[in-house]
Amino acid sequence: MTRRLSIFNVTSLVMGFAFLYLPILLLVVYSFNASRLVTVWGGFSTQWYGALFRNQALMEAAWVTLRIALLSASIATVLGTLAALALTRYGRFPGRTLFTGMVYAPMVMPEVVTGLSLLLFFVAVDLDRGFWTITLAHTTLTMCFVTVVVQARLMTFDRSLEEAAMDLGAPPLRTFFSVTLPLIAPSIVAGFLLAFTLSLDDLVVASFNTGPGATTLPIKIYSQVRLGLSPEINAASTILIGLVTLGVILATLISKRSVLRSRRNAH
Amino acid sequence: MIERSFTKRLTSGLVPAVPYLWLGLFFLVPFLIVLKISLSDPAIAQPPYKPVFAWSDITGFLSALDLENFELLTQDDLYFRATLSSVRIAAISTILLLFVGFPIAYGMARAPERHRSLLVALVILPFWTSFLIRIYAWIAILKPEGLLTQALMGIGLISDPIEILNTEWAVYIGIVYAYLPFMVLPLYATLEKMDDTLLEAALDLGSTPWRSFWTITVPLAMPGIIAGSLLCFIPAVGEFVIPDLLGGSETLMIGRQLWSEFFSNRDWPLASAVAILLLIILVVPIVIYRDVEARRMEMRP
Repeated sequence: MTRRLSIFNVTSLVMGFAFLYLPILLLVVYSFNASRLVTVWGGFSTQWYGALFRNQALMEAAWVTLRIALLSASIATVLGTLAALALTRYGRFPGRTLFTGMVYAPMVMPEVVTGLSLLLFFVAVDLDRGFWTITLAHTTLTMCFVTVVVQARLMTFDRSLEEAAMDLGAPPLRTFFSVTLPLIAPSIVAGFLLAFTLSLDDLVVASFNTGPGATTLPIKIYSQVRLGLSPEINAASTILIGLVTLGVILATLISKRSVLRSRRNAH
Repeated sequence: MIERSFTKRLTSGLVPAVPYLWLGLFFLVPFLIVLKISLSDPAIAQPPYKPVFAWSDITGFLSALDLENFELLTQDDLYFRATLSSVRIAAISTILLLFVGFPIAYGMARAPERHRSLLVALVILPFWTSFLIRIYAWIAILKPEGLLTQALMGIGLISDPIEILNTEWAVYIGIVYAYLPFMVLPLYATLEKMDDTLLEAALDLGSTPWRSFWTITVPLAMPGIIAGSLLCFIPAVGEFVIPDLLGGSETLMIGRQLWSEFFSNRDWPLASAVAILLLIILVVPIVIYRDVEARRMEMRP
């Protein structure tokens, strides 16, 4: 039998998605507001976008954030993939329980605790706070998410392909690069994107571990928001939302195409 | 050949070793440092705590540790109230999330199959946009003279501006909004697999839709209800951004308390003690969550 949508189902879906999207939509609409008062409509204008690009401090923060996100997500992707391989392909190795715990703990640990503990560590080893401490902190936090994403793929994948390559005499490293890696590549890309977004978005961990010259965009936005609403922040948010939406749509299209291609190859 | 198997063992050993060492250095060691500093005394210095640590003097190290900060936490009822209030706010938000999330997940599960992946993508999409921005968007809506007041006054529902921003209600709205995907997705995952014939059978046998909902749908959706609730409750307890931006000064939450001990009062040992307290509160729900997840993994074919 086919499931039917009742009026109740349709209403809850419409209201649910309105709740999810209306605030974002309003934020975007009011970024084109001519008035300085964020909640009073004063006609259409793109002046805040101009003001945004002339705002040196904000632009600098965006650049710092982007560099940290790219660097930490790249390292986290390598470490997370290795950790996922260790958890799915290495059976029992000494200290596996502790390792599993360390992979999952940062994901459920409150951000304030992660931020504080890393800061105290950096102080203890006498590392100057700034760009590198945030990068290290973000790498540690986001690699665990990469691990989970890649691990999920490694668990559902057909081991016989790897075994066939090994039986035909391919050394483990070659097997990994020519069989395993291409098959898990989409999950590695997804893990990288997740790590990148989490780093881009993080306020709490970055606030604890920041230092002079390393103000990230969330830290900057947060300090401005505490002083009151500003249409410039609306404009900055709109650009970020636009970029993220574009990225997600692209990623979806790419993964859809790779699914189609692998299906075609299978037939 | 011996050499080759040696390099093979070396490279294969590296796979677990590299992430292991990284997490040991940047997760385990920092955690132990927090534990240690929570047991040490504050000092007006840079860094503002007495580093009671020297390998040569183990007895001195052990005797310098005390539970002073934890005694302070029990004496000052601020921390007790903050703890209670965090758990209460997180629990109420979780219940609200269930009420908001269940109809959405149910609607998604009953939608035609070809639309379902699009609906899932639409639920996930806001998660990819900045958390901070999504909370910021609510300030403009909830503030007095804000968009919600304007809209309600426009349709004549209210005549005076309503105060929502800087109250606990704003915190609930913020948490429900930000965590909705974490509730909807696990619920959807269980509801989607549900066998509709059970509901039909119940209706054929004369059960009312309301009764079959409570006796069939809800029990079958229980794994999703538990997973979604814990997935929302755990981070909500330690939440900082939402109570700080949307809540008023009287909205007590433990994560916010840690932040202010650290940034405003610069009492690092006390902040560490609050961090340990926060983890202790979360141990029980996290253990339950791990258990539920492990069982769900086993159930998967």
